Amino acid sequence: MTTFIDQEASRRDFLFIATGTVGAAGTALALWPFIDQMNPDASVLALASTEFDMAPLAEGQGVTIKWRGKPVFIRHRTKEEIEKAKKTPLAELKDPVARNANLPPDAPATDENRVKDATGKVNEKYLVQIGICTHLGCVPLGEAGEYHGWFCPCHGSVYDTAGRIRKGPAPRNLDIPPYKYVSDTKIVIG
Amino acid sequence: MSGHATYEFKNPIVRWIEARLPIFSVMKAQAMDFPTPRNLNYWWTFGGIAATMLVMQILTGIVLVMHYTPHVSMAFDSVEGIMRDVNYGWLIRWLHANGASFFFIAVYIHMFRGLYYGSYKAPREVLWMIGVLIFLAMMATAFMGYVLPWGQMSYWGAVVITNLFSAIPVVGDPIVQWLWGGFSVGNPTLQRFFSLHYLLPFVLAALVFLHIWALHVVGNNNPDGIDVKSEQDTLPFHPFYTMKDLYAILVFFLVYLAFVFYSPWYLGHAINFAKADPMVTPPHIVPEWYFLPFYAMLRAVPDKLGGVVVMFASIIILFFLPWLDRSPVRSARYRPLYRFFFWLLVIDGIFLGIVGSQPPEGWWIPAGRIATTWYFIHFLVVLPLLSQIERPKPMPASITEAVLSRGGH
Ligand code: HEM
Ligand code: FES
Repeated sequence: MTTFIDQEASRRDFLFIATGTVGAAGTALALWPFIDQMNPDASVLALASTEFDMAPLAEGQGVTIKWRGKPVFIRHRTKEEIEKAKKTPLAELKDPVARNANLPPDAPATDENRVKDATGKVNEKYLVQIGICTHLGCVPLGEAGEYHGWFCPCHGSVYDTAGRIRKGPAPRNLDIPPYKYVSDTKIVIG
Repeated sequence: MSGHATYEFKNPIVRWIEARLPIFSVMKAQAMDFPTPRNLNYWWTFGGIAATMLVMQILTGIVLVMHYTPHVSMAFDSVEGIMRDVNYGWLIRWLHANGASFFFIAVYIHMFRGLYYGSYKAPREVLWMIGVLIFLAMMATAFMGYVLPWGQMSYWGAVVITNLFSAIPVVGDPIVQWLWGGFSVGNPTLQRFFSLHYLLPFVLAALVFLHIWALHVVGNNNPDGIDVKSEQDTLPFHPFYTMKDLYAILVFFLVYLAFVFYSPWYLGHAINFAKADPMVTPPHIVPEWYFLPFYAMLRAVPDKLGGVVVMFASIIILFFLPWLDRSPVRSARYRPLYRFFFWLLVIDGIFLGIVGSQPPEGWWIPAGRIATTWYFIHFLVVLPLLSQIERPKPMPASITEAVLSRGGH
């Protein structure tokens, strides 16, 4: 190589660089399939939606159902729970946005916005949320913690009766999945 | 250590091979004649112990794979099958499960040995940094292995640890879904963890090879932390240290096997005998004991990203240790102040482990914060400061002098 250094760019230099570039670009492109194969595959993406009828839930009763392999909390809230959630000033919330997949991403975290479905229907009795702590993914315990909403046993995150984060390391309110009412008590999630 | 020793072998077959691949002379020079400081104590045997544990994990692991099924609907039952039906399956499984713990015990002692005697200092920086890489690869291997039996703690450990990556701004959630191969930890996750759990120990073996290569370029440090000056300061590795290492390995195995035979579940968690349930988190989830100090640091910060950054930083900081501690004296034997802070760090580490095992409530929260802060102060403030102000004790002129002055021979 040293003998070429002082000379002008030669045909050989050009071929060296061109070959190296094609080799590097080709390797980089070939890497993508190896990375992308780890993403969720077609069978995972094709998961259907889930229907649930909330009529049998008595006041103060909650259930956990499965949607896309994740737990979904459905709770028939008591009057006091709704009352408490509504009275909380937004300024006191750690996460001021609703985190409701049925609303624009900047919708404020009012109690009403936490129970709104995709069509804008509100039935404040029924709270539907993904039961996964927004910290590191544990399933919080119901009717527990300082605000008698949810308490995550893993690292101590505390959620209120509208599923909004109040204390602990979790950064966001519990997520509300996309869902809509198909009758007064029946919903379709997803 | 230096140059290529020339050996004359008598056996004609050996000579024939040697002329084509000089493996016999390399083995003899590096594994037998290798000049080793004469004053190494038993803390130096933990490298060999750790290497032996890696071999144990690979042997028992390969046998487990012959009976294990990596599928969410069968993994738990196949491990139960190993425990009840496979001939000696219980033995192999408990050797493997407890082997991971004892591997970490050996490596932790090995690392603290390095801290005490300043083995990370010039010219052993690269040797030390490869060691930190080994530690990281071990943690990844043990984490993924623990997921394989698909018990409750396996599952929820996997959920919490993979979710750490969701703390990364913007790309966090796509990364986590990519790791999972789904919207939650599930079958794709189990299968890829299985594949990687099989692969990583061999990557570890390659790293160990580089680690030993680097060791054989610069030579062993020693308890007095002074350089080898003459042949008098050394002994051939074989038989002096092969036998010392072997003796230590046997004693270590006595303890390891005592656990395997008499309380194989002592270091684990009973809840992992229950099959994974993605709908219910056990009331108290904790990682295996060897991750507890890091878990305590994760929880010490009341902010998701902050906690993750602090936890990873606590290990990354070790890469910079050779440049944080600038004292030219290696061994804590001659550094009275450093010795005090070394033991304080040991206590801090053990205390963090205890904090990590407790529920995150009450008194434990401030305690974890103080201990985490101290860990970083030790490396970022105490060590640089000590290199400035500490007055080391007088050093012996040579290893031989140090040994003889203590009445050794
Ligand atoms: C660095 C070395 C290794 C470490 C630290 C390690 C660690 C672990 C741990 C902690 C477990 C869970 C044990 C339990 O609670 O049951 C495990 C399970 C397992 N490992 Fe490894 N392992 C290593 C090497 C290997 C290798 C090389 C293989 C395969 C060739 C392997 C195959 C398995 C299998 C099949 C299981 C599931 C069965 C079981 O849970 O006992 N491991 N490993
Ligand atoms: S996962 Fe809920 S607090 Fe950490």
